[in-house]
Amino acid sequence: MPVSYDLGLKPTTLEPDEGHEDHWTLNYGPQHPATHTTLRLVLELDGERIVGCIPDIGFLHSGFEKLGEHLDYNQYVVVVERMNYICPVSNDIAWHMACEQLFGLDITPRCKAIRTILAELGRLQDHLLNVGVAGLDLGGFTAFLYGFNEREIINDLVEQISGSRFHPSYTRVGGLAQDAPPGWTDRVLDFVQSRVPPALRDVEALLLRNRIFIERTKGLGVISHDDAINWSLTGPVARASGVQRDLRKDEPYLCYADNWDGCGAPAVRFKVPIAYGGDVYARFLVRLEEIRQSCSIIEQVVGMLPDGPINVAADAEVTLPNKDEIYFSIEGLIHHFEKIMTNRGHCPPVGEAYFANETANGELGYYLASDGGKAPYRARCRPPSFINYQVFPKLVLGHQISDIPAVLNSLNIIAAELDR
Amino acid sequence: MATAEAIRALQGRFPELDLVARPLVTYPDGRASDQLWVRVPPEHLCDVARFLRDDPHTRFEQLCDLTCIDYLNYPDAAERFGAIYALLSLTHNHRLWLKVFVNDPDPTVPSVTSIWWGAEWPEREVYDMFGIRFAGHPDLRRILMPQNFKDYPLRKDYPLTGKGEREDFEVVTRESA
Repeated sequence: MPVSYDLGLKPTTLEPDEGHEDHWTLNYGPQHPATHTTLRLVLELDGERIVGCIPDIGFLHSGFEKLGEHLDYNQYVVVVERMNYICPVSNDIAWHMACEQLFGLDITPRCKAIRTILAELGRLQDHLLNVGVAGLDLGGFTAFLYGFNEREIINDLVEQISGSRFHPSYTRVGGLAQDAPPGWTDRVLDFVQSRVPPALRDVEALLLRNRIFIERTKGLGVISHDDAINWSLTGPVARASGVQRDLRKDEPYLCYADNWDGCGAPAVRFKVPIAYGGDVYARFLVRLEEIRQSCSIIEQVVGMLPDGPINVAADAEVTLPNKDEIYFSIEGLIHHFEKIMTNRGHCPPVGEAYFANETANGELGYYLASDGGKAPYRARCRPPSFINYQVFPKLVLGHQISDIPAVLNSLNIIAAELDR
Repeated sequence: MATAEAIRALQGRFPELDLVARPLVTYPDGRASDQLWVRVPPEHLCDVARFLRDDPHTRFEQLCDLTCIDYLNYPDAAERFGAIYALLSLTHNHRLWLKVFVNDPDPTVPSVTSIWWGAEWPEREVYDMFGIRFAGHPDLRRILMPQNFKDYPLRKDYPLTGKGEREDFEVVTRESA
């Protein structure tokens, strides 16, 4: 007996499908180890070959956008970082960059530099996992461990700066929760100089010229240049199809923009890797090279990290006073209360704003609408996983069941961001 | 600059629609955001969209995002739903937002899936969350909520805690599954 609520999709059956005597239907997921996250696919199979694929999503839908309309601009950061939990800090930054666009704020140079370091650490966090899992999904467990080891160091670095290993909630409107502790930048530098390169060499030695890996990934899940644009793909997936687009170059923000400190500091120098294969292997290569570029960006930013305040000026009335003032002076305490009480505090103008960051998965943007209140009127997230996943059923047609994990991982679908 | 050129091209092609580009937000100090939006009547959406994609001055090859806002209780809002199309041109590196306003009882917008394939799932999501129908969409089903869900959860008159669906949820037992 099928379950009582009809999804309009066929249940798994060992009976042949009507009209196609040798086809049968298989439910793949939502709790299948190879999907990594909570996804369901209904596959129509001809032997092992996929002739039809219907994705069924929404298992992790938690109404994040509805919640965003009831939490204020600082509170909601706790929720956004639970979307793409592989690199939570990237979500924090993207969210508050959009808020600052709506408030019309320009953040301080030190804040920009620290956010850039964290944004790149977030990219490393994502790509180190992703290139490792590319091996894991095809049966090579060891590559996964090399990537995962280094992710632990990033978690430690995030803990040192924010107090929380995994979900840092580190940014605030117009600044950061607190400044980086002494010696933190040295540890970051040590990490990108002496930990990442050997790990990357190990992963490459295992996979890059591995005949089994190449034969399983080359020519699989091919997206052409024009299709990638028309399907709204962004990030490494689009760049592996030859689309020359990176928001860090095309719409520069933070330290990717020239004159970011207001005193003529040059933008960080890096290359945007492009591949033309459009297949799973090309996406793997693009991510490997992006890891190197991220390390180089972090080295540069650490080298020119400016001193100064991390929050915009106190008379901007946006940021909270620092904890010293709150705990040790009555004025600071009053200030703090004035800003966090529900009927007080600083509100953005009536209007709408969009801001997008180039995160590990692609363009992560927020479209905010404000009615002049403390909470957004609408907080739309442009989730790269959701937009990228719609092309998936077209990519696996004609391939084998065992190719599904490889394609799925190359699109880097994070179900929490997919369903929000 | 490029955006202004694109808007001039658009106004030149559709003079009868009286298209005006407005900034998304104006700050209290008088500065206006450089992000512009244009109101498009629903019956002309497909023509405008196709022109914006193909004209050499506009070349919006990509529909970056499609979303919707329920303007119930919004200050000075005359209409209920605004479907928002975020367009992106990779050639000229500029953006433009289109807004299409529709109202109850039958909020229907033509689908742009034939122009930008990437509109397929975002349109399903807007249908799922706001109940806006996209005429001509190949597969307009709910995408995030269960298929048997009745309401449209991101509408402003839908409460945050729901309308009791959680209490009445049908439990699937081992025998009935």
